Amino acid sequence: MINWQSNVFPGVLGRTCDRPCEPACRRGRVEDEPVAICRLKRVAADSKDDISDRLPKPAAQKNGKRIALIGAGPASLTVARDLLPLGYTCVIYDADPFAGGMMRTQIPKFRLPERVLDEECGYILGLEPETRFGQKVESLKAILAENYDAVFVGCGAPRGRDLDIPGRKEAAEHIHIGIDWLASVSFGHTTKIGKRVVVLGGGNTAMDCCRTSRRLGGEKVDVVVRSGFAEMKASPWEKEDAMHEDIPIHNFLVPLEFVHEGGKLTGITFEKVKAEYDAKGRRKLVPAGEPPVHMACDDVLVAVGQENAFPWIERDSGVEFDEWNMPKVDPVTLQSTHPKVFFGGDAAFGPKNIIWAVAHGHEAALSIDLHCNGKDVTVRPSPLVNILSQKMGIHEWSYDNDVSLDLRFKVPHAPKELTLKDVNMEVELGFNRELAFKEAQRCLNCDIETVFEKNLCIECDACVDICPMDCITFTPNAAENDLRGMLIAPAKNLTQDLYVSPELKTGNIMVKDEDVCLHCGLCAERCPTGAWDMKKFYLETAKAHACSR
Amino acid sequence: MTYIAKPKLHHPGLPTNALGFTRRDYEGRISTLCAGCGHDSISAALIQACFELDIEPHRVAKLSGIGCSSKTPDYFLGQSHGFNSVHGRMPSVLTGANLANRELIYLGVSGDGDSASIGLGQFAHCMRRGVNMVYICENNGVYGLTKGQFSATADKGSKAKGGAVNTDSPIDLVSLALLMGASFVARSFSGDKKQLVPLIKAAIAHRGSAVLDVISPCVTFNNHAGSTKSFDFVRDHNEAVNKLDFVPAKKEITVDYEPGTSEVVRQHDGSFIKLAKLHPDYDPSNRVAALTYLQEREAAGEVVTGLLYIDPDTQDLHEHLGTVDAPLNRMTEDDLCPGVDMLETINAEYR
Repeated sequence: MINWQSNVFPGVLGRTCDRPCEPACRRGRVEDEPVAICRLKRVAADSKDDISDRLPKPAAQKNGKRIALIGAGPASLTVARDLLPLGYTCVIYDADPFAGGMMRTQIPKFRLPERVLDEECGYILGLEPETRFGQKVESLKAILAENYDAVFVGCGAPRGRDLDIPGRKEAAEHIHIGIDWLASVSFGHTTKIGKRVVVLGGGNTAMDCCRTSRRLGGEKVDVVVRSGFAEMKASPWEKEDAMHEDIPIHNFLVPLEFVHEGGKLTGITFEKVKAEYDAKGRRKLVPAGEPPVHMACDDVLVAVGQENAFPWIERDSGVEFDEWNMPKVDPVTLQSTHPKVFFGGDAAFGPKNIIWAVAHGHEAALSIDLHCNGKDVTVRPSPLVNILSQKMGIHEWSYDNDVSLDLRFKVPHAPKELTLKDVNMEVELGFNRELAFKEAQRCLNCDIETVFEKNLCIECDACVDICPMDCITFTPNAAENDLRGMLIAPAKNLTQDLYVSPELKTGNIMVKDEDVCLHCGLCAERCPTGAWDMKKFYLETAKAHACSR
Repeated sequence: MTYIAKPKLHHPGLPTNALGFTRRDYEGRISTLCAGCGHDSISAALIQACFELDIEPHRVAKLSGIGCSSKTPDYFLGQSHGFNSVHGRMPSVLTGANLANRELIYLGVSGDGDSASIGLGQFAHCMRRGVNMVYICENNGVYGLTKGQFSATADKGSKAKGGAVNTDSPIDLVSLALLMGASFVARSFSGDKKQLVPLIKAAIAHRGSAVLDVISPCVTFNNHAGSTKSFDFVRDHNEAVNKLDFVPAKKEITVDYEPGTSEVVRQHDGSFIKLAKLHPDYDPSNRVAALTYLQEREAAGEVVTGLLYIDPDTQDLHEHLGTVDAPLNRMTEDDLCPGVDMLETINAEYR
């Protein structure tokens, strides 16, 4: 339930998330790899029993407020999930006949099986929103005219960028826009592709395109990217997965021309470039001065980025747009310049990822709830916080403080011979329970705080001696910059605040550098007076459904 | 009641010494002493000292008797040799080991009960003989393992946790060591690693009997008001006679010092001890003066710490006995049984 509460789509995100949390994981500070947070969320979602009786029920009584949600993607569904239990009437519009948005149309089923998406969208549809699926919204003014109390725009970034180079028009039959082609595959309209496929672009969409091609008859699939390998936008693991499926990635090639014979595509020519950096470190791609490279192919998939497009929002509707043709949206409240219109997901600030869309959804739902109650949307309710000692007995804690030394475990994959034959067969098998448990043991329990009580300390040094990471120092006081260098292990990570006590009996102070603390609790176990305690910190960001309880 | 093992993970910036070891490589098993025990701080100081001296762990032998203090060799230098001997008998077992293999570094770890009560005779004789060792007495003034009765080093008038007042005179191991001929005598405090670590390093480099009396508060039975071995009492009454810097043999002394305020002592192995004088009149090379000074200051209620006496040019047991340079345990049968002819020759010398 914790997984579902803020994540909304744990099964989906546990398979497809861009994992902005993992670079932040502190395990990465003490060894090479962070905890596999993303895939652990998947295991938690996959291993649950029936949870239907724990989920919120459709509101017994409607509050009379009506909200229009444009697009049935992750952002809109999150708004619906937060507002429906409060009694709001949510009307979800989408041009496609199903809920899910880009999660359904752009993510191939071998990465995200349909049943997972259906289940998690189903929890929200079970809260009984009104759905207008298959109905494309053509005018914001028309929507506003229906007297909704608020409108949420979560229509994504639906336009794939095109590549306007010679031959594009003539050979159009075998040149496809990546996200449109993926959607067409998803709905079963496209089932085949040529034997030789070139995918242009280095993002995650390009990776999905090339891997899907391999399953639809592409025998020789190549990815061609303008930039170098390291600067590619695709997540490292998605590049790995593509290469594992025998898809080479060619770098520093800029497309020059689609070559065709009487309108039938025969290949592409590229110019070889190299990266040059100016004095400010900015990269520029300059011609390498080598002859052009030709690649023969039957089909090309263009996955060079996505754009926002709001042809349906009239420019005099009250929603103002900026110089880049993006709506002006407050980054905190997600309110546009029209007080009733809110944005979220890719529609708000351009293409990001699902977890951002969910985060926007929560915040927008909160704004909408405030707005509908006549309150100021800029006054945000504070999050729920709680801190509680975890001591259960002598050397006994309510959390597992024994830190595992294991390195990150790999998620098992189904054999390539099978997965390449079926576009719907999920590649990642997920951790089994044993592996998941071991991986979870790598967690450094960052929710557990070491809390120091100055009046109890007798300065016996026991915590200093036992600390495996040399986090704790007793020292005369000094200015922070000097203090950082005076510690047993100098505190070099300036983004990590020092934990400093008031002056102790001897005149020294206690300084703890939290940077690489394992939360093993040995300082508290070794403390004869209980001056150290391990306390669990719990934070729940304010959400519409929680606030009105 | 069991601790988790100390995680092997360490700070990414943890320094290594000349051997490529980190300080963590000199640790032992996790301590089973009471949380906050002064003895654990002494173990940590020993770990730090051995790390800084680039000592190869397998060149160290740790010997101890019985008691809380004598358990501690399990908690440092996990890769060194260790022998947990009979109560109070660590000095004779260590003497034997030293005679058999003179090449190891010997750390004798004992406590006030082990050294000043049951093992007092052993302590005295080992000093007399000049066994090349570091004798560390982890001194807390109580019998911790038997619930905190006064030990022989408890000061007269000191109060037990239950309120009883000690009426017996204390044994001062530092004075006794000076009387018995120890050639390196120091006192320190477990709560002051800045003083303790250089003292341990200097003691390890010293050839001969080096005694370190380390006051180590027993947090469970002897850290209350009225105790003279508590953290608070020792901090309030600590009078350091000097501040010591140890400079190992391979390094040049580059630090300037002003004569009169500090002095440099050159040890047998080529290392130096730089002493900053905190008491201008104190002379650590004068045994008689040291004894007098100690008696005076202790009568005044002070706990005198620092390097109290050093004789860098002393001889150790092996020199007294005229043993061969090669360790005895490496003698082959040919060396030890040179044959009938040699026996005849030797016997003839005594006829």
